Amino acid sequence: MIEPIRGLGARGIETIWRGGAMARFFWLVLVQSGMSFRRLSLTVREIYFAGVMSLVIIMVSGLFVGMVLGLQGFETLQKYGAEETMGVLVALSLVRELGPVVTALLFASRAGSAITAEIGLMKATEQLKAMDMMAIDPVARVVAPRFWAGVISMPILAALFSAMGIFGGYIVAVALVGIDPGVFWANMQSAVDFRYDILNGIIKSIAFGIAVSIIATFEGFDADPTAEGVSRATTRTVVTSALTVLAIDLILTAFMIRGL
Amino acid sequence: MDRKTIDLWVGIFLLLGFGALLFLALKVGNLGSERTGALYTVEARFENIGGLKLKAPVKSSGVLVGRVTDIRLDPEKFQAVATLSIDKRFEFPKDTGASILTSGLLGEVYIGLDAGGDDKKLAQGDRIKITQSAVVLERLIGQFMFNRAAEGPDKK
Repeated sequence: MIEPIRGLGARGIETIWRGGAMARFFWLVLVQSGMSFRRLSLTVREIYFAGVMSLVIIMVSGLFVGMVLGLQGFETLQKYGAEETMGVLVALSLVRELGPVVTALLFASRAGSAITAEIGLMKATEQLKAMDMMAIDPVARVVAPRFWAGVISMPILAALFSAMGIFGGYIVAVALVGIDPGVFWANMQSAVDFRYDILNGIIKSIAFGIAVSIIATFEGFDADPTAEGVSRATTRTVVTSALTVLAIDLILTAFMIRGL
Repeated sequence: MDRKTIDLWVGIFLLLGFGALLFLALKVGNLGSERTGALYTVEARFENIGGLKLKAPVKSSGVLVGRVTDIRLDPEKFQAVATLSIDKRFEFPKDTGASILTSGLLGEVYIGLDAGGDDKKLAQGDRIKITQSAVVLERLIGQFMFNRAAEGPDKK
């Protein structure tokens, strides 16, 4: 009887401890960010690995998600004779929700896991310790550039995802369903507001970028320096990122909707 | 992978990102189509504004000429006061009427302006005197039923 409660307590303490450690780590990264901007090539290199290498998966997924939205939307809108508003449905769902959220989930599994594995392996092979010995701060040299690369890449990837998705919706609407292209764009433009829809989507993607990057770098930095520890840290990155992104999304959406 | 190739790809990546943002802002959103030219505001008082919302369009002969920028309640007369921002290019006569209309049965609520014949033009801060409130469906049905009940006994 006592044992399960004790287990629960231990897990609770562990969770809170990790949260606190992550917050301190976040602060440390921010303080040590100077080098990633002074030596911009460090950050650019990481943008290449986190952002550019994710381009294909993001753009292809965006296209497919947009096309699926178009087909599903058509199916339902047809019942109300409102096929013409398909552009609105596709654009609003992508720009407000699916663009930032799906991009963040894909980014966490594509780039976040790679960052965790890389930093974790650096720790396992004692490269981080070696840096420390040479008076190079591993947080400034290794962690901060990866963090900022993630924060910069996320909004760009999310915008590309939304743009590709809308293009996919356009293909379905115009080529498959036969909606007039002019009507498609005109309805979309009258319904999508720059400040309330697009800017809020960008704010969301920046928040997700911060969350995913800090989780990925923290898990790598915190990993047990063994093969098993790195593998577990990588799994934890993906799981924690996904849950955090969805939780942040709920909170941000609640705040953003209230203003309307 | 040498430095130059990485720089090139990151440059392409950033350009793509800005391109996507521009596409979202101009082609998908309303940033390009919304005229932010000179505006002037006029007031209109209504007994009931129905489902009128902020940023609802103001149309004249069906053409968009402005937007509703403020809605409040006059605490003394208990009338709704709507502030309309109208494009400076359209100068409406002083005796222009404003009515709250709905496009289609379930469409958006907007304010329709019916231009009058006065020589003087509406200016910044003026009030539109001739207004027509929104038609509230429940009241309409209630009135209809009341009328039917009133004339009912004669027909029997």
